[in-house]
Amino acid sequence: MLEIKNLHAKIGDKEILKGLNLTVKAGEVHAIMGPNGTGKSTLASIIAGKEDYEITAGEILFEGKNLLDLSPDERAREGVFLAFQYPVEIPGVSTTNFMKAAVNAKRKHHGQEPIVAKEFLAMMNEKRQLVELDKSYLSRSINEGFSGGEKKRNEIFQMAMLDPKLAILDETDSGLDIDALRIVADGVNKLKSKNNAFLVITHYQRLLNYIVPDFVHIMYDGRVVKTGDKSLALKMEERGYDWIKEEVGV
Amino acid sequence: MSEQDTILGEHISSDYKYGFITDIEQEKAPIGLNEDTVRYISCRKNEPEWMLEWRLTAFRQWLKMKQPEWQNVHFPNIDFQSIIYYAATKKKPQYASLDEVDPELLAVYDKLGLPKEEQKLLAGVAVDFVMDSESVITTFKETLKEKGIIFCAISEAIREYPDLVKQYLGSVVPPRDNYYSALNSAVFSDGSFVFIPKGVRCPMELSTYFRINAQNTGQFERTLIICEDNAYVSYLEGCTAPMRDENQLHAAVVELVAMDNAEIKYSTVQNWYPGDKEGKGGIYNFVTKRGICKGINSKISWTQVETGSAITWKYPSCILKGENSIGEFYSVAVTNNYQQADTGTKMIHIGKNTRSRIVSKGISGGHSQNSYRGLVQVHKTAENAYNFSQCDSLLLGDKCGAHTFPYLEIKNKSAQVEHEATTSKIGEDLLFYCNQRGLSNEEAVDMIVNGYCKEVFKQLPMEFAVEAQKLLSISLEGSVG
Ligand SMILES: Nc1ncnc2c1ncn2[C@@H]1O[C@H](COP(=O)(O)OP(=O)(O)O)[C@@H](O)[C@H]1O
Ligand SMILES: [Mg+2]
Repeated sequence: MLEIKNLHAKIGDKEILKGLNLTVKAGEVHAIMGPNGTGKSTLASIIAGKEDYEITAGEILFEGKNLLDLSPDERAREGVFLAFQYPVEIPGVSTTNFMKAAVNAKRKHHGQEPIVAKEFLAMMNEKRQLVELDKSYLSRSINEGFSGGEKKRNEIFQMAMLDPKLAILDETDSGLDIDALRIVADGVNKLKSKNNAFLVITHYQRLLNYIVPDFVHIMYDGRVVKTGDKSLALKMEERGYDWIKEEVGV
Repeated sequence: MSEQDTILGEHISSDYKYGFITDIEQEKAPIGLNEDTVRYISCRKNEPEWMLEWRLTAFRQWLKMKQPEWQNVHFPNIDFQSIIYYAATKKKPQYASLDEVDPELLAVYDKLGLPKEEQKLLAGVAVDFVMDSESVITTFKETLKEKGIIFCAISEAIREYPDLVKQYLGSVVPPRDNYYSALNSAVFSDGSFVFIPKGVRCPMELSTYFRINAQNTGQFERTLIICEDNAYVSYLEGCTAPMRDENQLHAAVVELVAMDNAEIKYSTVQNWYPGDKEGKGGIYNFVTKRGICKGINSKISWTQVETGSAITWKYPSCILKGENSIGEFYSVAVTNNYQQADTGTKMIHIGKNTRSRIVSKGISGGHSQNSYRGLVQVHKTAENAYNFSQCDSLLLGDKCGAHTFPYLEIKNKSAQVEHEATTSKIGEDLLFYCNQRGLSNEEAVDMIVNGYCKEVFKQLPMEFAVEAQKLLSISLEGSVG
């Protein structure tokens, strides 16, 4: 589904990604761990199409297509979803209206008619329950006055509404208490299927107790330096990032 | 005035009816402006003597006045002698069918979802007027009549209800108020008159739309709305479809009078031709709008959505004279390309416990300039006056400008005045967030701007609000790179 080969990217004069490789197949859950400032969010932004970065080498294929040729909104409509580390607020725009526009943009892209109101409301109701989001949040301005945890749940709710092929979760767990963490993880687990894939970026192992990854990648200084199964995450937590530095000789 | 003009003027005033017989047969007033022009207009309208005198007094005052220069707008000098001030007949349709009309204009009409018949009317295509809408208008008029409501052209009111007009015309905006109100008072040719008698709630929104085929809206429109005790009316002015007009200068005057416990809601969607992308052509819209809350507990609300005109200059205001009266101003002003807008309001607190609320949203794109100018004045007599002002500016690019000029004049210590102002840009992060959910830049800006203006749109009658939203999207097309 996603194939990243030798990706180099910089912002201004600063090289952030330095030859990153990653392959994700449908039905898989991949976790990316690594210390702060390693380029995890940068990777997520580049996959989603944020324009601040200059790609100096490498390629990203999504379902065989060159992802870098597509605009951010085209990528989204093709099925790439990013749950943001820091979701923004949009004053005066309710989650309901926002989602209606988003769902219809995707439908149009796939040659479908706009969604019927009744069907849309039913879908909203079903998906919000998945993340235990109260009905009242849907008519409020997006993220305005939401707590950290509510913002993250709103991201997962949006993900559920848009049913992406590839979902990237950028530190969705940070700032969440254990209950919220469980809610978010349950949501993800229910959405998991053999047709979609998840890329879960996290700083801590604890989320991976709930969302069990098929692969764990350790990222360091703009590269994936080690890949393993879920036990790698535990080892990481136990031994800390210094262990990785020694292990891979950086 | 030249000597010849004076002589002519004297001659005419002695027996102007006779003097004008030949002119009356003509369709237009001769080009330029002098007392004869004023007489000509008054005569064409079959006005009584007192009305002519009123106009002439205004005209003489105008001659002594200077064009104001304090606004934050720039335009070449207007030559007032090169304008035709009156054309009797409706403009002849310019086109035989829609095929001949500028396709860009038609595309906009389609986006607004206007029916073909209406498109023809607006674009100046010959129409066979549909019987249907004629009968709608007739039913509408009957309903109003039963309630004792008067809703007619101002020229008709001058003839049919002279006492009401004499009592109120110029009572809120005196002709000498400013340069353009004096000009309007001298030469106004049309507009609406509304009178809601005691205790009557007007059962429907009154709209100039219902009069659109009765006469063309003139370039010097005059509107007078009176709500007696315990009466209510909601009035809609304008049209969401972009209106082309050969007249470059528009100078309307609107006066509202609310008596005890009366409420007037006045909503405007202004969408005159803004000029092309380089800023050529386009209408100058210099308007004086003012309402007086004369009675206790009365309320006047102005809501405006301004997207058109090359230059807009307008400050719908409230004089809060009656105790406990309320004035409100909700405004969205959008400028794009080379448009200039200097708009805002004045809230004049005179009575006790008067309250006012100002919500202004300015949105600028392209090379446009958008200024908010607002005055909150609390007189000595206005014990416990309260004002809240919220002025927000949204910039869509880096070549446009937003300016805020709030003025406060407080003469009573008990007054409470709150002012909040923000200036923001649609940030990259916000756009990217929307993009990431599948929305194009255009859709994203649309959504963000509409959210930004929500508080104002909420004030508009439902149907108008939906149209205003669409209009905003169209006005902002191409404003973000
Ligand atoms: N817009 C930016 N301008 C300059 N440097 C940036 C920008 N965004 C990220 N960086 C730098 O890139 C590096 C990687 O950041 P990031 O991808 O956020 O790391 P992580 O998510 O792994 O903590 C950091 O050193 C950060 O300071
Ligand atoms: Mg990060």
